[in-house]
Amino acid sequence: MKESVYSICGMCTVRCPIRVEVEDNEVTWIEGNPHLLDGALCAKGSAGPALVKDDERPQQPLIREGGRGAGRWKEVSWETAYDYIAKKLNTIKKEHGPESLVVSSRGGPWQSMYKAFCHAFGSPNYTNHDSTCGRNTHHASLSLNGVGRKGFVYDIKNSKHLVLFGRNMFASLRIAENIQTMDMLEKGGRLTYVDVRQSMTGLKATRFFQVRPGTDYALILGIINEVIERKLYDQKFIDKYVSDFDQLCTFIEEYTPAWAAKECGVKEKAIKQFVDEIAEDMPHVIFHPGWMLTRYQDSFYASRALHILNVLMGNIEIKGGLLIPKGPGDCNAKGIQNVDFPKPDIKRADGVGWKYKHFDKGPGLQHLFFPTMLSEDPYPIKAWIAMRHDPFTCMPDPEAQKRAFDKCDLLVSIDTHYSEFGWYADVILPESTYLERDNPICLQKGLKPRLAVRRKCVDPVFDTKPSWEIFKNLADRCDMKDYFPFNSMEKYWEWQLEPTGLTMKDFEEKGFVSLTDEPVMYDPDNLEGQFKTPSGKIEMVSKKLTDAGLDSLKPYISPEKPSKGKFRLVYGRSAIHTHGHTINNILLYELMPKNTLWINTRVASKLNVKEGDIVDVIAVNGFKQRIRAHVTDFIHPECVFTVHGFGRQIPLQSRAYHAGLSDQKLMVGMLDKWDKAGGGLNLCESFVTVRRSARNPRRRVEL
Amino acid sequence: MNKYMIYLNTIRCIGCHACEVHCKANKNLPFGPILCEIDHKPLKSIRGVPKTEFSFRSCYQCEDPYCGDICPTDAITKREDGIVVVDDEKCIGCMACAGACPWGIPQLNPLTNKMVKCDYCVDRVDAGLKPACVTKCTTHALKFVTMEVV
Repeated sequence: MKESVYSICGMCTVRCPIRVEVEDNEVTWIEGNPHLLDGALCAKGSAGPALVKDDERPQQPLIREGGRGAGRWKEVSWETAYDYIAKKLNTIKKEHGPESLVVSSRGGPWQSMYKAFCHAFGSPNYTNHDSTCGRNTHHASLSLNGVGRKGFVYDIKNSKHLVLFGRNMFASLRIAENIQTMDMLEKGGRLTYVDVRQSMTGLKATRFFQVRPGTDYALILGIINEVIERKLYDQKFIDKYVSDFDQLCTFIEEYTPAWAAKECGVKEKAIKQFVDEIAEDMPHVIFHPGWMLTRYQDSFYASRALHILNVLMGNIEIKGGLLIPKGPGDCNAKGIQNVDFPKPDIKRADGVGWKYKHFDKGPGLQHLFFPTMLSEDPYPIKAWIAMRHDPFTCMPDPEAQKRAFDKCDLLVSIDTHYSEFGWYADVILPESTYLERDNPICLQKGLKPRLAVRRKCVDPVFDTKPSWEIFKNLADRCDMKDYFPFNSMEKYWEWQLEPTGLTMKDFEEKGFVSLTDEPVMYDPDNLEGQFKTPSGKIEMVSKKLTDAGLDSLKPYISPEKPSKGKFRLVYGRSAIHTHGHTINNILLYELMPKNTLWINTRVASKLNVKEGDIVDVIAVNGFKQRIRAHVTDFIHPECVFTVHGFGRQIPLQSRAYHAGLSDQKLMVGMLDKWDKAGGGLNLCESFVTVRRSARNPRRRVEL
Repeated sequence: MNKYMIYLNTIRCIGCHACEVHCKANKNLPFGPILCEIDHKPLKSIRGVPKTEFSFRSCYQCEDPYCGDICPTDAITKREDGIVVVDDEKCIGCMACAGACPWGIPQLNPLTNKMVKCDYCVDRVDAGLKPACVTKCTTHALKFVTMEVV
């Protein structure tokens, strides 16, 4: 019998709404939810059933037998695995205290369950991947607007001009946003794209700046200078909502478009023409403040300056600008409840909250656990549970990370596939894929806030479990019976919905429940109370940063130029893969089995490298990987580029095994290079040597 | 005359290759055959912005399909609405069609050992739906067009 199930995609963390058709416990069709996306789905979304059928993923719990990373596993039952982990956790708790446990996951709507587990165990040390993703952007917005990265949604559809600094949105797909952008462009809107190379997004742009790597901040300063010089800002908005605007005016004086043009390697005329365009289009201009902006030494300030440009445009809470997302309270509705445990009153091991007071305490900063693990100061870390999180792929320098993880007595990986970290861990607990499991109901804020839910479409193919069941079983064995007092997801949903008066039946028609029929907007002339800074204003100068001894408006420092034969290593996304998650997916592997190294034509010819040649890419410590070169005019000569997620070293993933190059393994020593103001790692501040490889065949002698 | 065609709005196309996977997932195809393809020309700088043009290619559903003429078991036929379909019951997987086709469109499905090619997802069309690639195109760049005599 054919069945239709509304759910939420899980091939990447965008979580697009989907509709799934199931026949005889097989997924026969997945499309984007017709009510929200009119069927649209990306390649990864359609490759979901291939993930379900992939037998190169863990099929039952595994406990390590050989040394860490040796790949000798003992297949065990769930009971054995739970008992094994619980026994270790209880011993660690007794000997070192509960705070010696770290739980890491990805951000998003379901993290409360993992965070609650960590807190209920007695540890404050919940963390996520964000210090390699959106932390700089998040902190930039907090320091200026008093609300985090998710404090705004972008009304691209109604805007006239979208400005993207390295936000390669047509590779890092968010389908609803992509459709909006295309609609905007078809209506004659403009798209300005800034990057060190031409990308899919740049192809659709009406204006393109190819800047010298690491100079984004300079270009933004030049634009601010021209906007202020020509008084193109919204004076009324600034008078009403902004503090210390005069300090910005003084600070920006020296950063003229002529200076920025020279620093970035673009034309001054082009910057001025761009400002002419935004003068025409304002206030319907959106400067996207970045998503994954943990790139350069000043990415935090670049993001902050992009937010400042939005403020100058006066585009907050107007159509075609930055909109404040609304919740149930704005719709006279009640929200759902989620499991929650108060954070134990113990210092965080990463120093966030006591050593570093200007950061958001939520998930802390993952890379700052490593120094603590090595020094055991203020206390040792003995156990790490990584929930759908792969530090070895996500963060630089896995070899350096291993030295810290080796101080732990227990490493657990919970994931649908083998992660690089999982392969090194002590226990792998295989989670059911997103098509085989239920997840809690989540609230999606926006102009029309809604409740959505991921539902199981088919029974698990292998002996895998949903994450709630895994954490519940561990909690029950660790004397935390209050943690999740529900025996099924249905019972939990019922409890979640209690305050709302809704039932699961309400989700059946469209797969979600909209909390309002009409979009909710605030009065843009009455935004008092929306900016949650200490002064209630948009603060050009943040007291929090000043108190931490940091600049709010930071003088520009020119980025390092690579020495001869060296290149700045930059990386990015492709529309085919979700980092390391999908490389082994047979349908996606078929389209993109390997990555390449983009290198500028001029410098490649000096190195005698032609299109398709094999090159050696060498890290500062001599660690070497080989990859085919893609020689192109459309990348800056100071850098080389590759798609992240490849070069995996798990033998059981036969397709992904040693396919392509892994950028993070070349980032030797980069765990220590992080942004003191924004908290993010500086992932594009490493340099590699590139040379033509001796592996390129010249002659071939058989016998 | 062919009743239908698949049209690509190249302005909306972002070259994400999703259509290729939508097609394979719908037809449950293993590693190997790919029935539609997105391609683009090498980048060229136009007024400072490097640009390219995308193209979408699948079976052309020829007026007089050579693949059908050469098929020894008459497995390939052209329907009234112009769609060229292959009858799995009759196909013996000899792949003579692939040699006859000027574009090498027919491919072997290694799971069934039968020929497979784009048939505009004929089962979906007959059910009043659109082909998989069009239905799920990421940016709604692909359109399923019904042609009319003007």
